[in-house]
Amino acid sequence: MAITRTEKSVSKSDPISKPAARPIKWKDLLGKLIVYLLLTTGAIIFIAPWAWMVSASFQPIGEIFEWPPNWIPETFTLQNYVKFLAAEGFFRWVLNSGFLAVVVLVIQMFFNSLAAYTFAKRKFPGRDGLFLLMLGTLMIPGQLFLIPNYIILLRSPLFGGNNLMGVGGYGMLDSFWGIIIPYSFSVWSVFFMRQYMKGIPDDLLDAARMDGASEFLIYWKVVMPLCGPVLAAQAIFTFTFVWNDFFWPLIVISSPELRTLQLGLALFILKNKTVWDIVFAGSVVSTLPVLLIFIFFQKYFIRGIALTGMK
Amino acid sequence: MAITDIEKSQPFSRRMRETLRLMRKNWSAYLFLMPGLIHFAIFTLFAVGFAFYISFHEWNIIRPEKPFVGLENYLRLFEDPRFLRAVTNTLTFMVGVPLNLISGLAVALLLNTKVRGQALFRAMFYLPVVTPLVVSSIIWKWLYQGDYGLLNYYLLKFGIIQEKIFWLADPNLALPALILMGIWGGTGATMVIYLAGLQSIPQEMYDASMVDGANSWQRLRYITIPLLRPTTFFLFITSVIGTFQIFTEVYIMTNGGPLNRTTTIGYYLYTNAFRELDMGYATAMAFVLFAMIFGFTLIQWKYTRGDVEY
Repeated sequence: MAITRTEKSVSKSDPISKPAARPIKWKDLLGKLIVYLLLTTGAIIFIAPWAWMVSASFQPIGEIFEWPPNWIPETFTLQNYVKFLAAEGFFRWVLNSGFLAVVVLVIQMFFNSLAAYTFAKRKFPGRDGLFLLMLGTLMIPGQLFLIPNYIILLRSPLFGGNNLMGVGGYGMLDSFWGIIIPYSFSVWSVFFMRQYMKGIPDDLLDAARMDGASEFLIYWKVVMPLCGPVLAAQAIFTFTFVWNDFFWPLIVISSPELRTLQLGLALFILKNKTVWDIVFAGSVVSTLPVLLIFIFFQKYFIRGIALTGMK
Repeated sequence: MAITDIEKSQPFSRRMRETLRLMRKNWSAYLFLMPGLIHFAIFTLFAVGFAFYISFHEWNIIRPEKPFVGLENYLRLFEDPRFLRAVTNTLTFMVGVPLNLISGLAVALLLNTKVRGQALFRAMFYLPVVTPLVVSSIIWKWLYQGDYGLLNYYLLKFGIIQEKIFWLADPNLALPALILMGIWGGTGATMVIYLAGLQSIPQEMYDASMVDGANSWQRLRYITIPLLRPTTFFLFITSVIGTFQIFTEVYIMTNGGPLNRTTTIGYYLYTNAFRELDMGYATAMAFVLFAMIFGFTLIQWKYTRGDVEY
């Protein structure tokens, strides 16, 4: 489809071009054709595993196991989704994941942007030292924080049956606090927001200061409205990160009803090895929110990724 | 003598006073930073110090006594065949890093030739990146299945293999299978960053080389790739750091098997901390991992710094 269209557009310009340029034109055309061929083949290979998951999620279990594989369901069924939402606690897990992703997103946006604004636009003793210290810790792998933070959560005073000394209960473990609190601030995000905020002219802030605006009002009414693109990119990134996260919930959560969708899905497939119909339906549901965000905000997504270089 | 002391200390105390005045004047800046600073102080600074402390103790979360054992946890690591296996496996996973960069660059170069439907192609290559890793692992676990898997079906159909291969159960194939999946999941991310890098190369460079009669291979070899060096450097470092920490795929697809051939440092660390409850040992492992990442980044930095232009 795409190939024929380019052929047409190239041949349209033919009459204008000089005859001498023709051999090169053919070479270009061949080059274009190869480019499209490679891209299309590559894209199909990349999309195939994913397309299979979607297709299989609409097939009855017997058909999923058939050879040759059915790329288009022979008997189209929604049963897998019904079974998925009815099985164990899947419905609850979808809600848990959505709740956590939104709460972490809101808290992080506020704390991160507040810190980013302060680092970008305020002058105060210790600023540069603090900022460098924070950046310096970014190279430490997550595994190093795993065990100390687990114990910190376990020993949080007055949480989960703990007394003031942090003894007696489970602290923030096996509760949403254990996910929300450690995820309430991100140095990465502060760094990228700060870079963006530094580009906002100081004159705007000074003008607001002249009018007697408080520092918080300047941050909230002057700086934040100008940060749309970076906030959108960071919001998308944070939501996707929390929604897709597996490792931390695996460590923190032990009650089945508190599982996130990713955790529930992973433990479900490890426990029940043959229920691929439910698992494929669950996989689609678990991909859907990030997919929709990706489709609707592709621009911010790509820009955010290109900016942060994070996967 | 006493006089000079006072003279010396005066500017210092004046500086102190000035600093204090600035701090009082900007009190709201500290207030704004407070939530982040408290978080950073507890979950980052204290945590690192605490981890260091734990790594010198026999730290079982259930047992109340946690005896000091000095360097024993670190020394044990070098005699633990499973840990050494995990290090070997993790380093083998690094094969995926250059492959990932090459495939990402290849797609980016193809997409950068002003093709129609660029956004659509880009989205298709990028889709595996937004797919949750748990889901990717589930899909690929199915694809690699011996009896029903799609991979075996097509390989048999096209006559590439003669009999079914049990990819994830074969000690020699499980790790390469995971690497292949990693390329599928990572190409989109490297592609996007390479595209951004490609678009920052000025067109004049290419125009000038055309005048000099450079062919497209020479343009790629002598203009594009050298000018993409900072991007490649960045991607290389971040991919290596990411590869050092591989966990989820292993947890879902192979459980570290067969015969520990897919046990990564990240996975072995997890099993030690949360199955054996040997947290002192696991933390020592985390420090060795950190040292490896740090050392690697340093070497990279030292060897490429001169060439990277910003």
